[in-house]
Amino acid sequence: MANTGWDEFEIGAMLRTFEGEAGDIAGTLQEDRNYTQNSSFSASVADWRIEKPVFNKDFCIDCQFCWIYCPDISIISRDKKMIGIDMDHCKGCGICVEVCPTNPKSLLMFPEQAEEEVEIANWPAKETKEK
Amino acid sequence: MSEMKKIKNLKEFSTSADRFEGANLLCPGCAHSIIVREVLNATNDDLVLAASTGCLEVCTAVYPYTSWDASWIHIGFENGSTAVAGAEAMYKALKTKGRLKQPDRNPKFVAFGGDGASYDIGFQWISGCMERGHNMMYVVLDNEVYANTGGQRSSSTPIGANATTSPAGRVSYGETKNKKDIVAIMGAHNIPYAAQVAPNKWKDMVKKIQHGMEVDGPVFINAVSPCTTEWKFDPKDTMHLTDLATDTLVFPLYEIIDGHELNITYRPKNVIPVEEYLAAQGRFRHLFKDEYKYLIKEWQERVDANWAYLNRREEARV
Repeated sequence: MANTGWDEFEIGAMLRTFEGEAGDIAGTLQEDRNYTQNSSFSASVADWRIEKPVFNKDFCIDCQFCWIYCPDISIISRDKKMIGIDMDHCKGCGICVEVCPTNPKSLLMFPEQAEEEVEIANWPAKETKEK
Repeated sequence: MSEMKKIKNLKEFSTSADRFEGANLLCPGCAHSIIVREVLNATNDDLVLAASTGCLEVCTAVYPYTSWDASWIHIGFENGSTAVAGAEAMYKALKTKGRLKQPDRNPKFVAFGGDGASYDIGFQWISGCMERGHNMMYVVLDNEVYANTGGQRSSSTPIGANATTSPAGRVSYGETKNKKDIVAIMGAHNIPYAAQVAPNKWKDMVKKIQHGMEVDGPVFINAVSPCTTEWKFDPKDTMHLTDLATDTLVFPLYEIIDGHELNITYRPKNVIPVEEYLAAQGRFRHLFKDEYKYLIKEWQERVDANWAYLNRREEARV
């Protein structure tokens, strides 16, 4: 289906997001869903990024601001904890870094080619406010 | 009747399983998908969705992909509202005849449209849906411009904004007409619920969406959606712009119940001058030239007058 050309596409046809019967989708987490090739979940926009967010869980307070304000469903939160970033769907907009309230921020933007471990090891220290 | 989803705090909200997928083709930093996620996550019930032509429709249904995990339909620019109204009418008919396969399920009918599809092109269709009393919700993603086709002005574009069909320059300061007050117009249909929301005030938004889904009858929601491409700001500043929009009272958050009971749901502790909101966006840059500076003062007066008007309406219950 995914390889069908636009002129072979049947007018008025449906695109199915899930294989077989889709029951309670609102109660099924993404990793448990049976996506077809037609769901954009199967696609990637990773090549849009110039900068990528890096997550340092040492400073995270699980406030979930990044989860609610992420436009691309790329912040993975499970059991009320932020556990990582979905790098296939992140477009590198940087909203998560802007809304992060911790000091120092637990999410920062780095160039796409940066090494995650190196950047976490060199994480900036806490900023003190000058009076 | 299914139970309303309980959302006490953001941590609890974050356990929701999203029904809108990534790798859609919306610009990085687009507020559309933030709003859509907050609307869809406000309920666990089945959804019947439609979208009018616009950024959201074009970017989430690019063949061979779809970004929606619920039934979703698109027909034309003007009829996202009537598509959902038709589905709702059929659902009602089948229910009366007892021919529903799963009668215990309680689907919600939601239509999305941009400001072009709602303020201009689909206006008559939405008005019809509100008047006929379908049990549906219409959500406007208001980015104040036809962003999908290259930034033409819509009747939602505010005074002074630079748009491709109302460019600012030596002769003109950009858009000259005032923005249409769509929430008041829809409220005047005497529908059970009309409200203005913003994605940064997620709790207020979820409360309004849940209320809108519970009431029987048509519901109209207007959501501010800062457009990084046409408002000309950095993608990372989307939430900052939304904060400015609500805290300068350019987009006051309020609701109108049954067409006469107006409640202001968010009163900013520190009201920010409108100048800061204008200065944050490239489309208003020319207003800071000497010859157009008087427009900033007019902007502030207009926003203040609108806030006073809303307060008077809230007090008088009209």
